[in-house]
Amino acid sequence: MQASRQQPRSLKHQLWVAFLVVPPIVFMSLFVVYPILSAFAYAFYDWQGLARGEFVGLKNFREVLFGATMAPVVWNAFLHNVYALIALMIIQNGGGFFLAWLLYKEPFGFRFHRIAVFVPVVLSTIIVGFLWKLFLNPNFGIINQALYSVGLDSWAKPWLGDSSTALGALILANAWHFVGFPALVYLAGMQRIPPEIIEAARLDGTNEWQLLKNVVWPLVAPSTTILFTLLFIGAFNWFEIPYVMVGLDGSPFGSTDVLGLVFYRTAFGNQSASIQNFGMGSALATLLFLFIVVFASMLTLWLRRREIQF
Amino acid sequence: MKLTRRILMAAAAGSFLLSGTAAMAQTELTFWSWRQEDKAFYQDIIKKFQAKEPGITVKFETYAPENYQTILSTALAAGRGPDVIQARAYGNLETIATSGYLLALDQQNVPELANFPEAALAAETLRSNGKVYAVPFAMQAQLVVYNKKIFKDNGLNPPKTWDEMMALAQALKAKNINPFSNGTATAWQNETIVGGLLSSMLGKEFEADIVSGKANFTDPRFVSALAKLKDISQYFAPNFIGVDYPSSQQLFVAGRAAMFAGGSYEVANFKNQNPTLDLGVFPAPVLKAGDQALIATYYDGGYAVNAKSEKKDAALKFVRFLATPEYGTAFTNTLKNLSPIKGIKIEDPITQDVAKLAENSMSYLMLVRFRYQEPSGSVLLQSNVQKMLAGQQTPEQAAAEINKGIATYYKPFQK
Repeated sequence: MQASRQQPRSLKHQLWVAFLVVPPIVFMSLFVVYPILSAFAYAFYDWQGLARGEFVGLKNFREVLFGATMAPVVWNAFLHNVYALIALMIIQNGGGFFLAWLLYKEPFGFRFHRIAVFVPVVLSTIIVGFLWKLFLNPNFGIINQALYSVGLDSWAKPWLGDSSTALGALILANAWHFVGFPALVYLAGMQRIPPEIIEAARLDGTNEWQLLKNVVWPLVAPSTTILFTLLFIGAFNWFEIPYVMVGLDGSPFGSTDVLGLVFYRTAFGNQSASIQNFGMGSALATLLFLFIVVFASMLTLWLRRREIQF
Repeated sequence: MKLTRRILMAAAAGSFLLSGTAAMAQTELTFWSWRQEDKAFYQDIIKKFQAKEPGITVKFETYAPENYQTILSTALAAGRGPDVIQARAYGNLETIATSGYLLALDQQNVPELANFPEAALAAETLRSNGKVYAVPFAMQAQLVVYNKKIFKDNGLNPPKTWDEMMALAQALKAKNINPFSNGTATAWQNETIVGGLLSSMLGKEFEADIVSGKANFTDPRFVSALAKLKDISQYFAPNFIGVDYPSSQQLFVAGRAAMFAGGSYEVANFKNQNPTLDLGVFPAPVLKAGDQALIATYYDGGYAVNAKSEKKDAALKFVRFLATPEYGTAFTNTLKNLSPIKGIKIEDPITQDVAKLAENSMSYLMLVRFRYQEPSGSVLLQSNVQKMLAGQQTPEQAAAEINKGIATYYKPFQK
């Protein structure tokens, strides 16, 4: 057995491996690697509409980060991405963790709830966006109607038109959409914990909070690693929910603007307001890509270190 | 059995060859557009064209409006793309025309250009070389659309002056009728509202002064017009800062508001959704009686020829056909959009009204003059008016912000 395994592979076997490996490599190179590299290259040129002009070095990058026109827009959007990251970390991942704990304890009807929590994740983001836009409509939306019906008239607001509530409304819609995902991942993580450990902790007289904090939370660290990293990437690539609910402009007056929207407007233009600038769009995309790669790797390394073997 | 199959195959091969030779004599043009909803109209036009030019067939293909520019750009950059292109106007035309993808048109290759007014051709002209790149297809106007039935039931007439407008809005509100269905949650609606309501107060002279640099956007005419807009916004849809474009349209279509400040293109759309609506249009009210009432006009786009097309002659024939009064008449009467071609016959009474109002008009300023560079006048106007109407800045601040943005690239403001 051992000897035959070390014999050189037959040609037929090698062809078979090549047959399996080559198509995905070609596909990835053509549709992922090539566009990323070309966007990187485009960022160094001046663009006259669609025609590539002369090589301008780092000018587009300077404009995006420090230029009088672009930089305020970019940093404003970046700040909103950071808000979204922090808020979603607490509401979406934190909420998911507690939902998972409730489901883990198998309350009455937990099989139903397990599915119910996950169903919104399956829905298309476009549908969720439109649904929430209807819910939040100031005049006939279900949320304001509910507030009126219980006499909380002063709480009713034009949610998506008010600059103080619009970003929050988008974050909540996103959390509603995706909370089932962290819930499911955490539930799987909790079910991997050997029951003896939890039983032992209970016998030692820990209360629920101590159990969660000192036993469950450290032991689901691998789930936390993957969820935090994915949320980090998702929060900085955030596009669909804002696009569907407030449009390309980050309306009202930039209070919901995020980097994804800025990138789209800059690279492809906004039919009802502005024209396209390929070079700056590419520069922004490149910067965003580098930012995400560097910080997501650092975050992953840091989170990995807190994982415990058991 | 074998024989039948052979006969069938021979027949199939024969018909294939025949169809091949038939196609040889035909020149097939492709024609791209973002107007999926006008497909039936264009197919009809293509039939009429083929009756004149039996040797040319035209294949009409549409793409979603929001992706059209991207798809077209990509195809043109790859050296492909259609023979005939429905192109946009102003800054968006420049992005494809500057790159040399469109064939320059003049009175030699398209004599019908003489049928168009100056402003229409300007919309399809590249500023850097002064050449025309497309045959304009529609003029649009920003004005006020009103529900005639609501006006009649309440004994009201279209207002002439701003004070009459305010009084009228108040009278409607007192009767629990929404005066305007407009909302400002969709950014670009702020620009159409400004065009529909403030044009007469700004005036042609203001536009001329902006162009020459004699005035800028901190001019008292602009600031006081913005203040008037803030004033009348109390009569917009309830919670208007959270009302988006589709909701404001629905409110008007359902007959639950008396007026809609916006585009002339809304009329056909409103009528489609609710054929029982009896609609009229009027221009922006003037500050004091005797001033000239204006609407704000612009051109939507045009039909262009791909410079890399191998069938330029056939494509030019088709584009010339799209520049005839015969075509303009069909376009105007079928699509209820005003063709800029001179000498067309308009059937629809509201379109007739728009055409008459267009005799006194100023440009839809930010699109026509300031949508070539960033921050575009449109971006600045939309966000700053939105902010002003939300009560988060004064008209003076809004005007100053708009001016500051445009002055970063507009030479006449930099003195």
